[in-house]
Amino acid sequence: MELQLTDAERAFRDEVRAWLEAQLSGRFAHLRGRGGPGDEHYAIEDRLEWGRVMGAAGYNCIAYPKAHGGRGATLTEEVVFNEEYVAAGGPGRIGHIGETLLGPTLIHFGDAAQQERFLPKIVSGEEIWCQGYSEPEAGSDLANLQTKARLVGDEWVLEGQKVWTSMAPWADWCFVLARTDPDAPKHKGISYLLVPMKQPGITIAPIEQITGGAEFAEVFFEGAKTRKELVVGGVNHGWKVAMGTLAFERGGSTLGQQHLFQNELDRVIAAAKRNGAGKDPVLRQRLADAAIRLKIMRLNAMRMLADQSAELSREALISKLYWSHWHRDFGELAMDVLGAESELAESAPYELTAAQKAFLFARSDTIYAGSSQIQRNLIAERGLGLPREPNR
Amino acid sequence: MELTLTDDQQELRRGARRFLAAESSPDKVDAAMKTERGYDPATWQRICEELGWPALTIPEAYEGIGLGPRELYPLMEEMGRHVACAPFFSTVCLGVNALLCAGTEAQKQAHLPAIAAGERTATVAYTEPSGRWDASAIKATATRHGDGYVLRGHKRYVLDGHSADLLVVAARAPGSTGENGVSLFVVPATTAGVTRTWLPTMDQTRKQADVVLDGVRVPADAVMGEPGAGWAPLARTLALAVTALAAEQVGGAEACLELAVEYAKVRKQFGRPIGSFQAIKHKCADMLLLVESARSAALYASLLAAEAVEALGAGGPSAGASAAFAEAASSAKAYCSEAYFHCAGESIQIHGGIGFTWEHPAHLYFKRARSSQTLLGSPAYHRERVASLMDL
Ligand SMILES: Cc1cc2nc3c(=O)[nH]c(=O)nc-3n(C[C@H](O)[C@H](O)[C@H](O)COP(=O)(O)OP(=O)(O)OC[C@H]3O[C@@H](n4cnc5c(N)ncnc54)[C@H](O)[C@@H]3O)c2cc1C
Repeated sequence: MELQLTDAERAFRDEVRAWLEAQLSGRFAHLRGRGGPGDEHYAIEDRLEWGRVMGAAGYNCIAYPKAHGGRGATLTEEVVFNEEYVAAGGPGRIGHIGETLLGPTLIHFGDAAQQERFLPKIVSGEEIWCQGYSEPEAGSDLANLQTKARLVGDEWVLEGQKVWTSMAPWADWCFVLARTDPDAPKHKGISYLLVPMKQPGITIAPIEQITGGAEFAEVFFEGAKTRKELVVGGVNHGWKVAMGTLAFERGGSTLGQQHLFQNELDRVIAAAKRNGAGKDPVLRQRLADAAIRLKIMRLNAMRMLADQSAELSREALISKLYWSHWHRDFGELAMDVLGAESELAESAPYELTAAQKAFLFARSDTIYAGSSQIQRNLIAERGLGLPREPNR
Repeated sequence: MELTLTDDQQELRRGARRFLAAESSPDKVDAAMKTERGYDPATWQRICEELGWPALTIPEAYEGIGLGPRELYPLMEEMGRHVACAPFFSTVCLGVNALLCAGTEAQKQAHLPAIAAGERTATVAYTEPSGRWDASAIKATATRHGDGYVLRGHKRYVLDGHSADLLVVAARAPGSTGENGVSLFVVPATTAGVTRTWLPTMDQTRKQADVVLDGVRVPADAVMGEPGAGWAPLARTLALAVTALAAEQVGGAEACLELAVEYAKVRKQFGRPIGSFQAIKHKCADMLLLVESARSAALYASLLAAEAVEALGAGGPSAGASAAFAEAASSAKAYCSEAYFHCAGESIQIHGGIGFTWEHPAHLYFKRARSSQTLLGSPAYHRERVASLMDL
């Protein structure tokens, strides 16, 4: 089902399409289709530059209000943009954590000074952010975090450790959840701090992932500092801000992502036609099933768009669980369709094919941004009113 | 294209729910399904006279209400939710659609007003002992004889075939195969040579019959549309019926979810509601995902169905629109069938021993879910159709 576009939206789509086509045929041609999940290390410097060029052309953060440097784009325009971006093979965005997580959080919870200091550089692609939530003892149970921040004069001083921090090696800033009142109960006494990454008190240790890449890292804070006023939402009131950020992470429209999935599925269908797997009765069933479910993912998202009144509509609640499992099943299907060929990597030492990267990276889709088990808890409790988990 | 229900559709839903909650309660379903006819004639009369449901999708030119698949959608959901026992599916979703897709002007004039008024029921007899659902199912023959035809063959699995007043019979020219040579005939059930036998079924809420055609003579004007070109309109009829069935499955699945959730909140074991155990909670969360996704699929199919019906007047839908509708209908049938069956099974599990009793309605849903999976083609059959439409 296609989006219904107004004339203005169609004009916007054409403009975006032409711009992307021109850029990705020119000096950024080598970035086309690169830098996605499992391919994060590809041409980092060029992709950072790409983010800045996007910013200069006004294509970063288009949904931010105009006052904050965006275009005030509607949800439909945002979807149009994402679809065009994916269709054009736009590269994986190094700035996506700032753009999709911190920016909206600052617009919602930040004070004017924070907004003025940070939003323009997110919009321009000049500053890269990472998310400092998870710790060795705080994964799904995020409120169990132990990193501490003490106010010393005009500065917060941080001690502790984060883990699985995506983009940390390339980030300029990190939004860090830290305990600022050690005596308060678990969910109280947490603050949401904005911390510069490039300073002596921070050590970054990349962690090699299942794909062989190292998109995330351990981040150690040993006397790391940040200015007193860089607390979002007030001292000891960080939990509700953190949950706000998570809502942006989980609730975001998945329509752009579906184009990415559609591209992946189309490639596998093409492979199936080429190698004869498409004539195998079992694989035909699974390919059709994947296509059906992807279409339903899109329909679910369209219903979510149509129903923006209800913030946590049922369609919105199921979206993460739905797409992550679709993608995981798809990865397995891709391997089965490719058969013997599925094992052969692109090149040594460990450069994987696109299908292999999708297959491996999909195992993380059901873990980050709330694991499937946590999603099911949320759906059952918020969507169906079943009793809450103990220990919250 | 809107994937949300309009106010009118919501109103239809509320009206249907009010009526069926009283008239299709588990007790009343139990009583009706134990009869050979399979429904209570007095209730059916009220449905026809007070609610006008059989007239819903019949154009005003034939004394109907003149609405279409979009308005049928909420009604079907409610019938599924209440496991309604009525000759509605056979008469409206099969019979009326066959007359609309294939009937001549005279045939429509002769039968649609009577159906709209509740004076006549109808069904389609195309399946045979092979149990197939595609054109190869049709082995019965139509041989020219004088001005008319002689029909010979054995129809089986005919919905309400023993009670319907009017049969739409599919038969083929002797020697023809596949989709070629198929013709549809309007045959009053009392025609000489037609023998109808009720077939007891595991799902007692949906009645089936054997229809033996032993040299049945029909006049030339019993042929619907062009002789030998009956498969295309029959396929369209079946796609419309499958779309309605998918909506019914959504309603049934949602009822299973709601029964299970209500029970999980009140049933206590180990000193706590069973709904506080994740093993139960997560089952419910998965059911919610399936119900909402099934709804997206069925709603979308109903929108394309509405377009297909509107195009009937204007010479029929284009090839592209036909294929899109066929794909949406088959996708919905495949997904909704499995969603419903899964939810019906999980509902029994969540209810424990009580779910295994005749007294509890869980078995009604479980059996209806099972029979609906097979009816008009299994999920595998419909996925195979989708695979073909994908050019696999
Ligand atoms: C690719 C990737 C990128 C990431 N990027 C970031 C990042 O940028 N910043 C950041 O802060 N974090 C990041 N994370 C971390 C991610 O948020 C955590 O992995 C996630 O919250 C799960 O925590 P955990 O790994 O400690 O697993 P655990 O919480 O220990 O979970 C282990 C298992 O137990 C299950 N489980 C836990 N609690 C429950 C419960 N209550 N009920 C039922 N089952 C339960 C889980 O579902 C899981 O199966 C990233 C993770 C990945 C994989």
